[in-house]
Amino acid sequence: MSQTTKTPPPSAAPTEASNRVTLGWSNRLLARPEVGALVAAVVILIFFLIVAPAFRSPASFFTVLYASSTIGIVAVGVGMLMIGGEFDLSAGVIVTTAALFNAMFCYQLGINLWVGAILSLVFCLAIGFVNGYLVMRTGIPSFLITLGTFFVLQGANLGVTKLVTGSVSTPNINQMDGYQTLKAIFSSSFRIGSVTVEITVIWWLLFVAFSAFILQRTKIGNWIYAVGGNADSARAVGVPVRAVKIGLFMTVSFLGWFIGMHTLYKFDTVQAGNGIGNEFLYIIAAVVGGTLLTGGFGNAVGVAIGAFIFGMTSLCIVYAGWDPNWFRAFLGVMLLLAVMVNLYVKTLSTTRKVG
Amino acid sequence: MTDTLSEHADHELHDGEPLIEMSNVGKAYGAIRALKGINLTVHAGEVTCVLGDNGAGKSTLIKIMSGLHPHNEGVMKVDGKEMTFGSPRESLEHGIATVYQDLAVVSLMEVWRNFFLGSELTSGRGPLATLRIAEMKRIADEELRKMGIVVKDIDQPIGTLSGGQRQCVAIARAVYFGARVLILDEPTAALGVKQSGVVLKYTAAARSAGLGVVFITHNPHHAYLVGNQFVILKLGEAVLDKKRADVTLDELTRQMAGGDELTELSHELLNS
Repeated sequence: MSQTTKTPPPSAAPTEASNRVTLGWSNRLLARPEVGALVAAVVILIFFLIVAPAFRSPASFFTVLYASSTIGIVAVGVGMLMIGGEFDLSAGVIVTTAALFNAMFCYQLGINLWVGAILSLVFCLAIGFVNGYLVMRTGIPSFLITLGTFFVLQGANLGVTKLVTGSVSTPNINQMDGYQTLKAIFSSSFRIGSVTVEITVIWWLLFVAFSAFILQRTKIGNWIYAVGGNADSARAVGVPVRAVKIGLFMTVSFLGWFIGMHTLYKFDTVQAGNGIGNEFLYIIAAVVGGTLLTGGFGNAVGVAIGAFIFGMTSLCIVYAGWDPNWFRAFLGVMLLLAVMVNLYVKTLSTTRKVG
Repeated sequence: MTDTLSEHADHELHDGEPLIEMSNVGKAYGAIRALKGINLTVHAGEVTCVLGDNGAGKSTLIKIMSGLHPHNEGVMKVDGKEMTFGSPRESLEHGIATVYQDLAVVSLMEVWRNFFLGSELTSGRGPLATLRIAEMKRIADEELRKMGIVVKDIDQPIGTLSGGQRQCVAIARAVYFGARVLILDEPTAALGVKQSGVVLKYTAAARSAGLGVVFITHNPHHAYLVGNQFVILKLGEAVLDKKRADVTLDELTRQMAGGDELTELSHELLNS
């Protein structure tokens, strides 16, 4: 990263090269968003390796990765949205909406599950678009707009399901056309040696890599940081702020749909009340991973580490033989620590450290 | 210092050619009239200075030219064609670049990312085209050096630079991308004497390279150093519009300080 700063200046330029400082590695490292999360992840990993003997096997490690991936996939989108300065509280219930839509639509009409899956995707993208459009159009904070969407979807999930099926869960779909291919995509697993790898782990890693690429290496990534950091400035230099933010809301609903498909094809049936509360897990994963709540700062790897910390603690508390009810208390402490570390890092990286 | 300017200035420009012509332009925000009956022409190779007190309508005027707020009265012509800009992007596409008073930088982003924000260099087209990062860092560093600014680290967040340095980054960026018209909104207001000098030299260099420059300020001394045409705004209307030959620094200063009102006031105070 620093080689360009070391090249000799062009002859016409002022010769103040002696003024140039290359920051020490510790300073550079501390300015990265994911460092706090990485340190925390390592500490927690070592801690549980000591106290939870059941955790010390490759098989349980991959179980942890699976748990991380089910949160981590949506968290990829939520993290990007938060870097873009917005918030989505409907991300948890949209997962259930996607699955319910697919299951009930196809079961009632007796058509191929693929049709329902694609229509469900269109529906979810439309919800994301409405979220984004309302936020941009009205200027009302996204917290309130998506809180509204959250309640609408939560109520509609239960109401429509009750109306259509007479109960609060969908009928089993595993005998329907298209089931096998969809299950292969969204919820299959394969074995490497003695461990079972769930396909969502692979999907998760792919989404994280893609998100990291977009954020760091493309102009859209540049725009996402800019609209989150200072939307007025971004607009003034020609960044299409509205399109970028609406696109981010739609990314979140796409990933919510993806996990909805996973849930449906893993369990073959969906409970209409599921998914509530998960929106906070996505946000926690993003914040623990170093994303600033106010936008403009964070990265994909940090969010992935945040999701991994979530997966690890949720399972390792069980592996350690503790009462799993403590899990949420632990999560709360993690969140508070993360926010404090983030604040410290932000102050550090925006004040002058050289010269 | 002029090499960037002559390199990036549009070679189609001829001195004296009108680039932006405003006739009877006005702007109302709801019931509040911010600007009324403005006639202003920006010529290539000239600096048009717009002076005025706080709230005189200077910012509204540049927001119309830069596409942040469209005007709702009168006619604005750009290169002879009637135009109403709906977004800053449209204005940029016509080669009009603006440096805002509030600096318009994203403080958490690196210096080079700020420099190229909205005009990123990519290899190839489409949303997935990769950024040419090494090249952008090199260009941003070179352009800043040409303005006499050596940032310690081109990767540092721009929020870690001083106000004057941020101002210069914003100006360097506008010059680099704005080939025809450069709008500077109070560029010297937050700067020290030496940095003001750099900005003024740059303004003069932009004029020599054939650009049309709009220089907004409330400092008549700075305006008189570089200006060809002077417009003074008061409460949204032009109270003075003169060429350099027809006006003296004293007259500008007196008008800025209150003009006739000030004379009246001094009579009142002396006679009481």
